[in-house]
Amino acid sequence: MSIERREARQPWILLSPALGAVALLLFVPLLFIVVYSFWLRSATGADTTGFHLDNWIKALSDPFYRYILLNTLKIAAITTVLCALLGYPAAYFIARSKGNKMILLLLLMLPFWISYIIRTMSWINILGASGAVNTGLMALGVISEPLQMLYNEAAVILGLVHFLLPFMVLNVYVSLEGIDTNLEDAATSLGATRWQSFLQVTLPLSLPGLAAGGLLCFVLGAGTYITPLVLGGPRDAMFANLVFEAIITQLNWPLGSALSLLLLMVLGVLVAIYNRYLGMAQLAKGLG
Amino acid sequence: MGWGLIRLYAIAVYAFMFLPVAVVVLLSFNANQFGSFPMTGLSLRWFEALWNNDAVMRAFRTSLVLGLMTAVISTTLGVLASLALVRYDVPGKNLITTALIAPILVPEVVLAVALLLFLNWLGIGKSFALLLAGHVIFTLPFVILVVQARLVSIRRDVEEAALSLGASPVQTFFSVTLPLLMPAVAAGALFAFTISFDDITGTLFWKPGGVETVPTQIFSMLRNSISPEINALGTVMILLTVGLPLLGAAIARSLSTKRGR
Repeated sequence: MSIERREARQPWILLSPALGAVALLLFVPLLFIVVYSFWLRSATGADTTGFHLDNWIKALSDPFYRYILLNTLKIAAITTVLCALLGYPAAYFIARSKGNKMILLLLLMLPFWISYIIRTMSWINILGASGAVNTGLMALGVISEPLQMLYNEAAVILGLVHFLLPFMVLNVYVSLEGIDTNLEDAATSLGATRWQSFLQVTLPLSLPGLAAGGLLCFVLGAGTYITPLVLGGPRDAMFANLVFEAIITQLNWPLGSALSLLLLMVLGVLVAIYNRYLGMAQLAKGLG
Repeated sequence: MGWGLIRLYAIAVYAFMFLPVAVVVLLSFNANQFGSFPMTGLSLRWFEALWNNDAVMRAFRTSLVLGLMTAVISTTLGVLASLALVRYDVPGKNLITTALIAPILVPEVVLAVALLLFLNWLGIGKSFALLLAGHVIFTLPFVILVVQARLVSIRRDVEEAALSLGASPVQTFFSVTLPLLMPAVAAGALFAFTISFDDITGTLFWKPGGVETVPTQIFSMLRNSISPEINALGTVMILLTVGLPLLGAAIARSLSTKRGR
């Protein structure tokens, strides 16, 4: 009896440090900023506690915030579509290649290990006024003045695609690997062209991977503030930049709390829809 | 669509991924004063400048200490939790797993704000402790995913054999389970270290004034203009974050083939 009880207690002893850390460093802090978002910023230092709706009214009704939120979702959506268009064929190539798949996959995952800030700033070397493209075009005599290619929305999207593409490739690859190739052969032997068998057999079966990759690209893309700071112009702020501004620059923590929670809720709805239809297991597969 | 076309497309995607990084490495050896194109020759002067740059060296030490401490704590918590989830029938396993993975499901900016405000309210302001807490919490899910995947493949009977031969559970863990688990522990620790070493999103919220990690140092240097020194620093970072895992994988592989014989 006592041994049984000890057996039953053991996993909780093993779990408690990790669960305690997640509770204390994530869940309680999230609840705390819910409370904090109803406080008020005061110029004197300590914020005024209480139940005030001011921050939420500002976060939800300010036209500038709404514009930035919509723009953020637009940038994330374009990024996700581009990642899918670039990543799917690449993942298909790796999955169906007769060569060494592991090496091919590793090669494409290598940039994943390279620091995000370095991959982001590397585009300055390519697109900047004295970057590779401008220098090349000027040397060829195509242009006489450097083209302004940096510090705009397109540069931000390019940086995000470069950052997020490995997530898409990995997820699509995992789901393509899980498909029995006999199914494709069966389709072709029944008279389908290769293109038809891809469209009607392979593509539908790989949709869970595509969705998982898409979700990761969208959520990670919509939550970034570094890429717009490095590659975007002053008008290319994304929603996370508003959060950063409020918290770090203006020290308006109550408003920053409300803005963070708004971002969490918008992206949370997407994750919930995804979870409702596809479940978290697919996502874990791609991450592990 | 022909296979040749797909291959061409894939090569283009590979080039897109690699070229900008290759240019960083190339320009870091640039002898040109301004560090931009056209290159005038090869030189190691920017690496030397880096070595003599106190701010950069300080940032390196901070990142290294932070990464190592994060790896130790995160891996310890992650291994214990994974053991419980894989080895025992815990009620509510799915819910627990989701809770432990939650730090990567929440956007990092939101996690950063929540942690900063809460710990500040508890009296822990922007500090190394806050940085460490933040890095531990968002590397933990990765460690758990890696270690769990490995743990599933270790057979239970080896442990049971040790137990039936009179070893205590603790002895069994240290002399049977842990050695078998070592590759997963190493992979988890390496993962945690690399993610911590690379992080900037949370770090900018948590770091105290005057303290820089390598990524935040690069970020603040970018404010001026892109200098060849940044490219040199980038090259060092690339060597560290790509070379280290590759080395780790190679070691793990040679260890496991030896054991297999």
